[in-house]
Amino acid sequence: MSSILVQVIVGGLLLGAVYALFSSGLTLIWGMMNVVNFAHGDFVMLGMYVAFMVWTLLGVGPFVGAPVAALVLATVGVIVYFGLIRSVMKGPMLAQILGTFGLALLLRYSVFWAFGANFLTLPGDLVGGTYDVLGIKLQASRLLAGVVALLVTLGLHLLLTRTSLGSKMLAVSEDATAAQLMGIRPDSMQAIAWAIAAGATGLAGALIATFFYIAPTVGETLGIVAFVTVSLGGFGSVPGALVAGLLIGVIESVSAYWIGAVYKDIVVYSLFLCFLWFRPQGLMGKM
Amino acid sequence: MRRFLWPTVALALIILYPLVFTTPFQQRLGALILLYAIAASAWNIVGGYAGQVSVGHVVFFGCGAYASMAAYSHFALPPMVGVPAGIAASVAIAAVIGVPTLRLSGHYFSMATIAVAELARLIVTNTEFLGAAVGLSGPTVPRTVFDLSFISALPYYYLFLTVLLITLGITWWMTNSRIGFYLRAIKDSERAARSLGAPASRVKLYAYMLSAGLTSVAGALYSMMFGFVDPESGLGILISVKMLIMAALGGAGLLFGPLVGAAILVPLEEISNNVLGGKGAGLTFVVYGAIIVIIARFQPGGILALINRLWAKHKPAEAPAAQGAPHAP
Repeated sequence: MSSILVQVIVGGLLLGAVYALFSSGLTLIWGMMNVVNFAHGDFVMLGMYVAFMVWTLLGVGPFVGAPVAALVLATVGVIVYFGLIRSVMKGPMLAQILGTFGLALLLRYSVFWAFGANFLTLPGDLVGGTYDVLGIKLQASRLLAGVVALLVTLGLHLLLTRTSLGSKMLAVSEDATAAQLMGIRPDSMQAIAWAIAAGATGLAGALIATFFYIAPTVGETLGIVAFVTVSLGGFGSVPGALVAGLLIGVIESVSAYWIGAVYKDIVVYSLFLCFLWFRPQGLMGKM
Repeated sequence: MRRFLWPTVALALIILYPLVFTTPFQQRLGALILLYAIAASAWNIVGGYAGQVSVGHVVFFGCGAYASMAAYSHFALPPMVGVPAGIAASVAIAAVIGVPTLRLSGHYFSMATIAVAELARLIVTNTEFLGAAVGLSGPTVPRTVFDLSFISALPYYYLFLTVLLITLGITWWMTNSRIGFYLRAIKDSERAARSLGAPASRVKLYAYMLSAGLTSVAGALYSMMFGFVDPESGLGILISVKMLIMAALGGAGLLFGPLVGAAILVPLEEISNNVLGGKGAGLTFVVYGAIIVIIARFQPGGILALINRLWAKHKPAEAPAAQGAPHAP
């Protein structure tokens, strides 16, 4: 393999780790409450704008921006859960999809209205320069984003599988009534799940903002990436989202390198449709 | 026969509207309301009656619009010659999306429709034959009346009204046919319907294909009225949003819901665009988003369902007659 291809693949893996992180948020909500958040990509977008605001107002980079974005989005998540999700969950499917889809528009166009449609970027050297590791050029911002995203995704998996909070959340997703009889409050658990999912998504947004363009409509593209990742990885499966996220990052980068950047989204969306046809349960999921 | 009274009065008022309100703005507004009502009514067949929320319906709208404009720009034919091709392409795409996803839970279907719409937009933007990012234009000067290119909005008004009536007629016929009964059963409980032998996936697919074909007609009419189509106006996600929100605001799954929704939202958008100018575009969609959230949160049935409920409370005996989709006698 040429060193350029290796570099492309490494770049894809680092981007894929960020995809995995924000897709974990989507898959967590989906797996736990059977609600698909159509505003998920716009949560990523909000995280990006929070990071941008932190930089313009305070002049500091993602080390402050990312935790702030996580906190802000976690708050948004809780508000959305109590304000909207809790009631539409009980309603028909139409209400669920409409509710989160309307939320997506509301967020997207509020940001559009406040910031304009222009693409914004953070300065390229905010995190650091470019390193040369064994002949592979690595941008510090991508490296930081990829590594942090990978660690947080793994942490999320451990939180869900190894802690009592995770077990309580699992119990609520299995049978909310039974969980309630065991003294677990489904409402609090679901609110916590929204906080965690939205917080992780905001964090991913702040990380990706260090090297990605920032625009109100970026959530549309990233939202579809999250859908593709989750359906590839299988519902509710954080490890599935991790593997699928890395895979999609690599596929995107390699196809952008081989057939041109314009076609990378076409490749990913077509792959998604192929999966729906032939393996709708995803790589690791159960139906 | 009383149940036909109000629709007849409404129809008479709709026919008279452009003769009473004669300024170009008012006539154009009327034509746009009817145009969006056609698209939203087509969406309603799959989104309302079948309960499968398509959020990428613009792909069919785009098929119709692009087929019509391509018929003119590449073959110098009247744009309406492209309509059958647009319908055929739409029905084929609906089958490709619907066959795998309608077997699964509704979320898959919604996600797949978004992905297909984005995919179509990206492909068209990079296809020279379809005008790439610039788009395709229709006839600048009408050659014959078959070009359906008029300066006044009045001919469009009556053309759209005719197509809307046909669309509503097909919807009404569908709700009263075997498929309509299956759809109602599936919407109540898919598992129960399946276990009683209703071919759920197939019926949903038929509804989806029918809806796709009708949506492409709306797209074709749109391109004829505006004389061009580009990736944003023919395949942008906001067109899908409009269909969905109009149907949901008026009443998804009710015959006249989409028309009511269009009659509220189209004037709102036109006026806000006129008053606020370019800055208004963003704000309009903030309001749209807020309206969708509020409907979903408080009144998923839409305005007509709310009125029907209040009406039924007021006059219990009249309740069935007030429903948008009357049952077969």
